[in-house]
Amino acid sequence: MDTTKNPSGDSSNFESFMHNSSSRRSATAMSIQSRSSGWNSTREVTFAHSGSKPVRYGSKGADSEALSMSQREISDEDARLIYIDDPERTNQRFEFAGNSIRTGKYSVFTFLPRNLFEQFHRVAYVYFLIIAILNQLPQLAVFGRGVSILPLAFVLLVTAVKDAYEDWRRHRSDKVENNRLALVLVDGNFQEKKWKEIRVGEIIKISANEAIPCDFVLLSTSDPTGVAYVQTLNLDGESNLKTRYAKQETQSKFHDRERVSGLIKCEKPNRNIYGFQANMDIEGKRLSLGSSNIILRGCELKNTKWALGVAVYCGRETKAMLNNSGAPSKRSRLETRMNSEIIMLSVFLVALCTVTSVCAAVWLKRHKNELNLLPYYRKLYFPEGKEDNYEYYGWGLEILFTFLMSVIVYQIMIPISLYISMELVRVGQAYFMIKDSRMYDEATNSRFQCRALNINEDLGQIKYVFSDKTGTLTENKMEFQCASIYGVDYSTAEASLEYEQAVQVDGKVLKPKMKVKVNQDLLQLSKSRFANVEGKQIYDFFLALAACNTIVPIITETSDPAVKLIDYQGESPDEQALAYAAAAYGFMLIERTSGHIVVDIHGERHRFNVLGLHEFDSDRKRMSVILGYSDNSVKLFVKGADTSMLSVIDKSSNKGIIQATETHLHSYSSLGLRTLVIGMRDLNASDFEQWHFAFEAASTALIGRAALLRKVATNVENNLCILGATAIEDKLQQGVPESIESLRSAGIKVWVLTGDKQETAISIGYSSKLLTNSMTQIIIKSNNREHCRRSLHDALVMSRKNTSASGVANYPEGSSDAITIPIALIIDGTSLVYILDNELEEELFQLASRCSVVLCCRVAPLQKAGIVALVKNRTADMTLAIGDGANDVSMIQMADVGVGISGQEGRQAVMASDFAMGQFRFLVPLLLIHGHWNYQRLGYMILYNFYRNAIFVLILFWYVLFTAFTLTTAINEWSSMLYSIIYTAIPTIVVGILDKDLSKRTLLKYPQLYGAGQRQEAYNNKLFLFTMADTLWQSIVVFFVPFIAYWGSTIDVASIGDLWTISVVILVNLHLAMDVIRWNWIAHAAIWGSIIATFICVMVIDVIPALSGSWAIFHAASNGLFWLCLLGIVIAALLPRFVVKFIHQYYFPSDIQISREADKFGNQRVNRGGQIEMHPTR
Amino acid sequence: MASSSAAAPGSADSTAARRNTKRPKYSKFTQQELPACKPILTPRAVISAFLLVSVVFVPIGVASLIASRKVVEIVHRYESSCLKGVDNKIAYIQSSADKTCKITLKVDKHMKSPIYVYYQLDNFYQNHRRYVKSRSDQQLRDPKEESSTSACKPEDIANGRAIVPCGLIAWSLFNDTYSFSYKNKSLTVNKKGIAWKSDREHKFGKNVLPKNFQNGSIIGGAHLNESIALSEQEDLIVWMRTAALPTFRKLYGKIEVDLDEGENISVKLQNNYNTYSFNGKKKLVLSTTSWLGGKNDFLGIAYLTVGGLCFFLALAFTIVYFVKPRQLGDPSYLSWNRNPGGH
Repeated sequence: MDTTKNPSGDSSNFESFMHNSSSRRSATAMSIQSRSSGWNSTREVTFAHSGSKPVRYGSKGADSEALSMSQREISDEDARLIYIDDPERTNQRFEFAGNSIRTGKYSVFTFLPRNLFEQFHRVAYVYFLIIAILNQLPQLAVFGRGVSILPLAFVLLVTAVKDAYEDWRRHRSDKVENNRLALVLVDGNFQEKKWKEIRVGEIIKISANEAIPCDFVLLSTSDPTGVAYVQTLNLDGESNLKTRYAKQETQSKFHDRERVSGLIKCEKPNRNIYGFQANMDIEGKRLSLGSSNIILRGCELKNTKWALGVAVYCGRETKAMLNNSGAPSKRSRLETRMNSEIIMLSVFLVALCTVTSVCAAVWLKRHKNELNLLPYYRKLYFPEGKEDNYEYYGWGLEILFTFLMSVIVYQIMIPISLYISMELVRVGQAYFMIKDSRMYDEATNSRFQCRALNINEDLGQIKYVFSDKTGTLTENKMEFQCASIYGVDYSTAEASLEYEQAVQVDGKVLKPKMKVKVNQDLLQLSKSRFANVEGKQIYDFFLALAACNTIVPIITETSDPAVKLIDYQGESPDEQALAYAAAAYGFMLIERTSGHIVVDIHGERHRFNVLGLHEFDSDRKRMSVILGYSDNSVKLFVKGADTSMLSVIDKSSNKGIIQATETHLHSYSSLGLRTLVIGMRDLNASDFEQWHFAFEAASTALIGRAALLRKVATNVENNLCILGATAIEDKLQQGVPESIESLRSAGIKVWVLTGDKQETAISIGYSSKLLTNSMTQIIIKSNNREHCRRSLHDALVMSRKNTSASGVANYPEGSSDAITIPIALIIDGTSLVYILDNELEEELFQLASRCSVVLCCRVAPLQKAGIVALVKNRTADMTLAIGDGANDVSMIQMADVGVGISGQEGRQAVMASDFAMGQFRFLVPLLLIHGHWNYQRLGYMILYNFYRNAIFVLILFWYVLFTAFTLTTAINEWSSMLYSIIYTAIPTIVVGILDKDLSKRTLLKYPQLYGAGQRQEAYNNKLFLFTMADTLWQSIVVFFVPFIAYWGSTIDVASIGDLWTISVVILVNLHLAMDVIRWNWIAHAAIWGSIIATFICVMVIDVIPALSGSWAIFHAASNGLFWLCLLGIVIAALLPRFVVKFIHQYYFPSDIQISREADKFGNQRVNRGGQIEMHPTR
Repeated sequence: MASSSAAAPGSADSTAARRNTKRPKYSKFTQQELPACKPILTPRAVISAFLLVSVVFVPIGVASLIASRKVVEIVHRYESSCLKGVDNKIAYIQSSADKTCKITLKVDKHMKSPIYVYYQLDNFYQNHRRYVKSRSDQQLRDPKEESSTSACKPEDIANGRAIVPCGLIAWSLFNDTYSFSYKNKSLTVNKKGIAWKSDREHKFGKNVLPKNFQNGSIIGGAHLNESIALSEQEDLIVWMRTAALPTFRKLYGKIEVDLDEGENISVKLQNNYNTYSFNGKKKLVLSTTSWLGGKNDFLGIAYLTVGGLCFFLALAFTIVYFVKPRQLGDPSYLSWNRNPGGH
């Protein structure tokens, strides 16, 4: 049960987070793992129970696995030694990195080589380069040297300028960062030093609200107990405060302003931001340090006047810097599909080249004897009077050269420019997604984020959505709803009144920041104190709520100086809700240090000593605190998940209460509430002594500290007396039921994977309309493998019967699954362990694919990924995972598209995601609108680019057939290079970014339209072949109309080349224009502008007298034949496409086509009727 | 973030929050709501488009056919008839024997001046890659660039000196000559202005004189008068505009008198040019011209075909439209509305 999601306590969280941070490489690591172990869940379970799973640190190998837990002493060779306050000695043997950082990739000198090297990682560029190099060989020089490098140089230059600009910005921010000031201890005095001059071993003093310059081990703080609070907003985005501790030994020393010398032995720099392991030798004593003793660069000190620490990692070795890496990289499905077509085009290219070279071979063979004197060949050459062959290397080599030259000439058959255009288009699409005000979240003031730029179009093909529940479907803003105290149920709902508790402290009013609805009866009872038994129980209950947590109360000013607000900061929203609830009932937590807490109980301040605190961990699923009362009695308060608590509660007494509480728990969770059970125990002196001894021993242990502490906790958390239970409501996010309905009618299967209990999950399922009453529920909940297998089998049989029965019933109407009774599958984590483990996986998939809803409850983070993998590996359908917490990271990375919700639970999910947004309901506009558009646009764009380049190549090819197969190009070499850069590039990019097949309104009104993407209607083999056939026809028209019209005339190469250039450009642009759906001014400007630009370019090229074609266009265009050819070509070439398009649209209309017509004509009708349609999700 | 909104109960904070808001500014551009025209292929629009095309194309087709038919063309192939009875044609053509050949052309139809005289070569690849590249435009333009002949191989240097004009194109200059007599008077053929004005003015230098031309081991074609600048050598200029297709005509000159129907023209030609080595044909062409250029029916036929096809399509679609119309934008056609209704 993940009631308290504690990232630092749950190692699987940061493990998956680490996967994320090492970007691409780790993504492969994930997939390898998935293949090799098949997401072996047994392994995962053993992990959950032993906590000793080796932790992966991205790319680092075995040596870092040792860092997992404090189970091993750091060996000398793995350690770095830091002499406190002695930077000289520290840096003597090894020069540790200084604190200056460089996030910039390049320097002035390395920019050119490094940037080029990185750019040539793309295969496309290498292809470009090889072609350009081939062209440099004198035998193969088809194009002029400059011309052939131009496109590549252009692309490289654009990318380089972009990279340089980004790098310059990084350099600038580095400079600002490096020159910030911090106080450093030099010769016993604190002096201001620039950040970049800080060295390892120096002692640094940080004041409140200052940023931390490097990773340092806390030595002392202004708090007498050595606590410091830090905010890790910059590091992981979590805004709540975290506590860090200075060791008591050093704390006292620095307070007394003694000069201290000591030695810290810590692990080598690594990127695990949630782990740190070190020992400190100070005055003969050896202390062990953990992650709670280190403050990382990028954090801010809060609520603490000052803190002293010794720098251990500086500059690029800090954990923040080591974690600086980009977004994960995924490849879009469309692009993968595209590759097969690229291969077809390559085959076609090779075929063209082969035809050319074979024809050339035959020609050479037939004219073998004439070559010497043929006026247009003349092999004979007389350099210095000797007879020689001019540029003739024998039959075989000539053929080879012809082949290579034809590759150069036909190079754009492989649409390299497509890759660049696609990137630009995706950037444009991302811009519009980010700017969409529909996806702006008011509450968190966050826009939509596109973290991955290469999978936009995948959003239009999603078939499965895997959603987390807490924080994704729900707000993760917990509200205290019900309490069951000693078997009595107090529900807030019946007496909902917002009650504001306020206390006077030093003449000032203190109020909790959040108002909580309270139950009047319970409030009265809680005020009664010890007047009756109930009062006593209620006292304990609320004290437990106020004390048994890791909340830090922070007092903030308000506009009214007399009133101050208490803000409860904590890592878990549940704890916050409980603390606010306690405050509302008069148990206000006012102060917390590591040694004591102060609770205001109905106006009286009480101070309790915190003798021990066992933090939450995911194995025990509970936490406990030991409080020492002013009367020296000692009590243990425990709170935790119901299953884990009920096992440690003393069942011998109060059977009735336990039973009543269990009943209440059941009813709470069936309302969809999150429940916790509270227990307590009096510790007598001997118990306490025993615990204290064990606790001390465990917390100073050097080896296996975490395990020992857990054992101590388990030992003491026993024989508890039940206090009661709490129920917290996690409200559904706005618009979730509507969104789920839209997604479902769009043909997307929504699976919910949650850590919650089955009852909670089902009730949330109902309230979010995921489950409806008409559904048949199949529940699989088994505790052993055999039972699991059996129930799965039964379920499968049942679902088959269900579908086949309805199939028979509907037989006359064809098989339509709309009539079948929808099945909902509910399965729990334990069963999944058995299923994902073995061959049952296939059966589960069979079953799940028949179900319209799948709900998985009580699943562990890695199981989530396992379920995603289950679907992903078995179907070609696209999967999307959406979640907000660290526990969703693995699933987000596993799915084809990962969406992170930037919510309450930190930013790890966002950091791992491809897209991030504020609310679940934004998924609807994201998929149905943007996904649909992006897919349609990009699908069309790819086909169009194939067409655009192929038609040009074919025209070149036809001409080659009439030049004795010698690869002369009639089209000017400049024009053929500019063709894909200027003449035809911009319209396709503009259309790829801006064209919309349907309006937002229609897309939301008919979610079914999304199916076009799932069925791959915009890009498939059929369309590709159809486009290529069309291309063939169009190229024939473009080539042969002028060819026949000018046959036997005085036309020269340049003139006919210009005619071909202009007609192909106009044709290609009009072809696009014919398919543009929305003509806004940008589309007009791009398409007509391109045609005009082409005319201008062709004219400019022809004005240059140095080129042999000079003035050709003016001569050609002065004749009527030129213009008649142009008109005839365009109409005749487009005619078949136009006819087919019309017939298809009119007589075989797709849903999109009908909706588009309805968009245009239907609206008029509707408006006339005065009907106004509502947006489903606004 | 949560913290910022947490600290914002006061009004001062809320204005700050408004200032810091990341809400995308609304504009029709960013929301992709630019006003746009959404053309849809309605049957009416499509049928009228087809009708429009046929209305435009059919007259154009008729006009071009008429224009093409009006052109009077006399084509006479002479390369074999002139060498009748010669066994080794190649040896003969390479020899220095007198190659005068007389032919008679009959004027079938009245020809109005100007009458263009062309020579037509078949199966001559002036667009061959080796050939096209073998020229030096710098050298042709600028007397100082005389030695830039690197592109001209294998006809760059003869006897150690640069050839002007260099290259295979110039080297293979056509050298058949024609003299016409009509009604027993000689017909003047105007050879001025047969090349493009732009070529004469920009591409061929006024002070570039031919040098060392046709002095190599193999004579490719015509010799040039070394005292006339290249810009005046119009035959060369015409020849050097390489033809796009393997069958091409080159302008030889213009006859500026009308030729009457039924009359004969006798032509005395010097059959010098060697097309025999590659079985190339040589033709003499006399042709009038129209607004479309020479005689070529193709375009007219093509236009008539397309126009007719469009008319037919318009007709067909009209019939089908009346027989089986579909209500545009009717939601009941949507696939999910259609299926349950027993399709």
